[in-house]
Amino acid sequence: MYPATFEYHRASSVDDALALLACYPDDGKLIAGGHSLLPVMKLRFAQPAHLIDIRRVPELSGVKEADGALHIGATTTHAAVASSDVIRTRAPMLAEAAGKIGDAQVRNMGTIGGSLAHADPAADLPAVVLALGAELRVVGRNGSRTIPVDQFFTGMFASALAPDELLVEVGVPFPPARTGGAYEKYADPASGYAVVGVAAVVTVGDGGIVQSARVALTGLASHATRLTRVEEAIVGKAATPEGIEAAARRAVEGWEMRESGGGGEAYKANLAAVYTRRALTRAVGRV
Amino acid sequence: MSTTVTPPAGIERFTAAEDTANIDRLFGARVRRKEDPRFLTGRGQYTDDVRVTGTLHAAFVRSPHPHARIRNIDLTAAGAHPGVVAVYVGKDLADAGVNGIPVGWLLPGLKPSNHHAIAVDEVRYVGEAVAVIIADSAYAARDAAELAVVDYDPLPAVADAEQALAQGAPVVRDSAADNVSFRWEIGDSAATAAAFANATTVVRQRLVNQRLIPVAIEPRACLATYVRATDELTLWVTSQSPHVHRLIMGAFVLGVPEHKFRVISPDVGGGFGSKVFIYTEEVAVAWIARTLERPVRWTAERRESFMTDSHGRDHITDAEMAFDASGRIVGLRVKTLANLGAHLTLFAPAIPTYLYGTLLSGQYRIPAIHAQVTGVFTHTTPVDAYRGAGRPEACYLIERMVDLGARQLGLDPAELRRQNFIPPNAFPYLTPVALQYDSGNYEPALDRALAMADYKSFRAQQERLRQQGRYVGIGLSSYIEACGLAPSQVVGQLGSQAGLYESAIVRVYPTGKVTVFTGSHQQGQGHETTFAQIVGDRLGIGIDDVDIVHGDTGRVQFGMGTYGSRSGSVGGTAIALSLDKIVEKSKKIAAHMLEAAPEDIELTDGRFHVRGSPDRSKGFADISLAAYLAHSLPAGIEPGLEATSFFDPPNFTYPFGTHIAMVEVDADTGQVTLERYIAVDDVGNVINPMIVDGQLHGGIAQGVAQALWEGAEYDDNAQLLTGSLMNYGLPKAHQLPFFELDRTVTPSPVNPLGIKGVGEAGAIASPAAVANAVMDALSPFGIAHLDMPLTAPKVWQAIQKSREAGAKAGGSSATTGR
Repeated sequence: MYPATFEYHRASSVDDALALLACYPDDGKLIAGGHSLLPVMKLRFAQPAHLIDIRRVPELSGVKEADGALHIGATTTHAAVASSDVIRTRAPMLAEAAGKIGDAQVRNMGTIGGSLAHADPAADLPAVVLALGAELRVVGRNGSRTIPVDQFFTGMFASALAPDELLVEVGVPFPPARTGGAYEKYADPASGYAVVGVAAVVTVGDGGIVQSARVALTGLASHATRLTRVEEAIVGKAATPEGIEAAARRAVEGWEMRESGGGGEAYKANLAAVYTRRALTRAVGRV
Repeated sequence: MSTTVTPPAGIERFTAAEDTANIDRLFGARVRRKEDPRFLTGRGQYTDDVRVTGTLHAAFVRSPHPHARIRNIDLTAAGAHPGVVAVYVGKDLADAGVNGIPVGWLLPGLKPSNHHAIAVDEVRYVGEAVAVIIADSAYAARDAAELAVVDYDPLPAVADAEQALAQGAPVVRDSAADNVSFRWEIGDSAATAAAFANATTVVRQRLVNQRLIPVAIEPRACLATYVRATDELTLWVTSQSPHVHRLIMGAFVLGVPEHKFRVISPDVGGGFGSKVFIYTEEVAVAWIARTLERPVRWTAERRESFMTDSHGRDHITDAEMAFDASGRIVGLRVKTLANLGAHLTLFAPAIPTYLYGTLLSGQYRIPAIHAQVTGVFTHTTPVDAYRGAGRPEACYLIERMVDLGARQLGLDPAELRRQNFIPPNAFPYLTPVALQYDSGNYEPALDRALAMADYKSFRAQQERLRQQGRYVGIGLSSYIEACGLAPSQVVGQLGSQAGLYESAIVRVYPTGKVTVFTGSHQQGQGHETTFAQIVGDRLGIGIDDVDIVHGDTGRVQFGMGTYGSRSGSVGGTAIALSLDKIVEKSKKIAAHMLEAAPEDIELTDGRFHVRGSPDRSKGFADISLAAYLAHSLPAGIEPGLEATSFFDPPNFTYPFGTHIAMVEVDADTGQVTLERYIAVDDVGNVINPMIVDGQLHGGIAQGVAQALWEGAEYDDNAQLLTGSLMNYGLPKAHQLPFFELDRTVTPSPVNPLGIKGVGEAGAIASPAAVANAVMDALSPFGIAHLDMPLTAPKVWQAIQKSREAGAKAGGSSATTGR
């Protein structure tokens, strides 16, 4: 409730934010919506001496379409993502997932960039952007670079973002024709975080054969994770309930379960399979 | 009278006056709440909103250990921190004569506790305060609290009541070396044994009624000021019963004279019982303000609330219900371990005894009942009254056992209930567990609920869905509660250290406006509206001409406060009695003014007129003005228009009803979805149906949450695992269906208003309804009972176990078709 003393800096531009970040390399922390950071500061689990607020940097917010992709500014709120017509058209799964985060107050404050950079193992959007094959544009003192999302999440609350870098934009490529996506979430009754969440993007070719699939899971592993065994099992197969069921059975392969909540390993393994099946089923239905 | 529910239409209007413009009678009208404009626009005045210049802030240093000896506390660095004014440890207060907080309900042989405001030598639960820092800002106080160095000698701890009774268990206090605070029993042991011996069917079940954490939206808070010149101590505190606070803190804890001690409890944002009790922080803050002669305040952080607000429930029970060949309940035997936590708070001993054991007859004619309750100390947060307080535990037990009986006997649970109901001609009905039910008629409520649920169609639909691998269930809970606490003479005989009447002054001003000073208080109940409706209805004036004053010992004469669904029936009746006196005097004055006999004066539509001559009349304001002008009053009539009453009810009231929950269980994941919730309640006469509906909604939400999500968990070392809203499953609106409510009305004969009370009904009835529905859904898996909360993992694991057993046996255990 009462955080330790800190100094507040409001960045006016990306350059300004980077300069401030350089000033406080050890005890500075970026803040946008603050809905992950402030609670831990109030509990004094985190005590950054300097907060650098990027929420009012104009170029960091908003959604654009260009070059065959959606470009979503890092400080675009979950509410804005959920209600964006462009996103609902091009990547409905992303809008749907953003609308399932927390509650209305959280969605009005929390941002897509904040959620990804924070890399909470139970956050929704990391799985979604993994399934969408997003690219994350970051800038640092030495210029900008683009990180493919498959390389972004590296561990619990850990990402490929360097300490002096700022995530500025999430690029989501337009899906090819005959592609459907769905995010299935089991929200923890208390926190609203994903006990398990599975995002699936499936492209189905002629004859109902799955041409490509990207499936990602959040909640159960130390970080959002591609379910590559599931993808391998479904690609080239018919997008039928039997094909989906067989692929979903492989949802527990290729990643390690973290210790979290109750229920035990068998229960969580079952959740992974059930939610994978449901996400694939709905994704195929949307093709 | 019955009400139907329409979906909420949003708030279009604010003033209560508009709502009441076109209604015949204020009593019974769906009037919008007078207090809501200020709450909805952020203008409520809560304890933390009170501002006093120069206020200091308290921060408590709390034990991270559930049980430890305090070797040393070094506050040197904390005391030297900028902004810090003073630091104290428990011994400072004890040496100054501050006593521990006493228990307000004594049972024979009870081993009490001595709950110091700040622990002395030993801590007994996680979060117990060991020191307090006083600084000129809340931030400085917290910063300094982090600098406190406490040298603990950690000791073994126990959180579970059953484990606390085991040989060699860690001891909470030497004065109760077996960790037993009391052993209590009720009913006839021999008659019950005989009933069981002759029974044809006996169902047995161990039932855990899990520990709950109240989580009022407004955290506990207090602010104390002291004026040396007049020796006046004032405490603003989040209290449901400020006069009781003043009496106990003044007389027993601080040693402050009652007439020099004012307790003010302004707007209170939810209590559910948790704000009835005297808390350590309030004692410390009041004593420090008096010692420093400076205002001092404290407001709990949410994590402090989780650790230190009194918890509720926490029973482990072995229950047995006996039936004869025709399905009649012939006996009930109950053995309960009640976890009391580390200290006894104000009402703690009464909750699992007189508010639990006495309710074990439910709505049923059960010839023999015997219940034994053991109150157990553990290294956990103290346990006391939480919405329903003992009665939800009793209801859950009876209603689960009846369902288990129905399953074992192969009978329909609705019909088994009906068959065993106390018949309407048996009232007043004396149960084998000491209560005399005032009135009741249980079948109409059951029938109405079954009709609303379309029970027969549901059973057919259930069977069809099962063939498709879908598992829906329906659960009934026919509850009774004792509320309107309570006849003072009775509770006095049972060990209460206080009476449980209520008081009211009705003060009429010369212009006919009215202020009511009531000893009831409100934490969301809407008394400023319902009490004003009682007044407006009786005097024929609008509710905007009536103000309700409560929560201030400096303005209100005396009062016992609000809990136990008592305010309408006890507090409201005290107001009605004063209104009778006002009307009687007004009639005398009117008769004098109209030159008629007082017995010929009638009060109709707010005017006093001569019987048979409606044109010969005086308005209420004419009378009040005459009373205060006193130019011409009848002989023997004093000037002024004001009346005082104390109402002590002759009996409890006994609301009842039948609730029905309808659920679907996702057999793939164990998740339970509450699809429909139907409640038919009989709370006697209703003052404001909208407020009664709201009370039921809130109570049902809390009870559903107990059934499905909520539960305080401690680990093996007595650390609280569910210490925040991140992991304690408080219900949210989106998790609940729209509740379908209806009512039957059986007026209570124990008060002139015919009110029974409604504050706790929802929380009492709903856990059993939901649990019964889930068990009904799971019956194809052969699952008869699971303890609450019925979380997804728990349900899934039970289904898996059943499926594995079925597979091994090569049988046809239910499987999913999806």
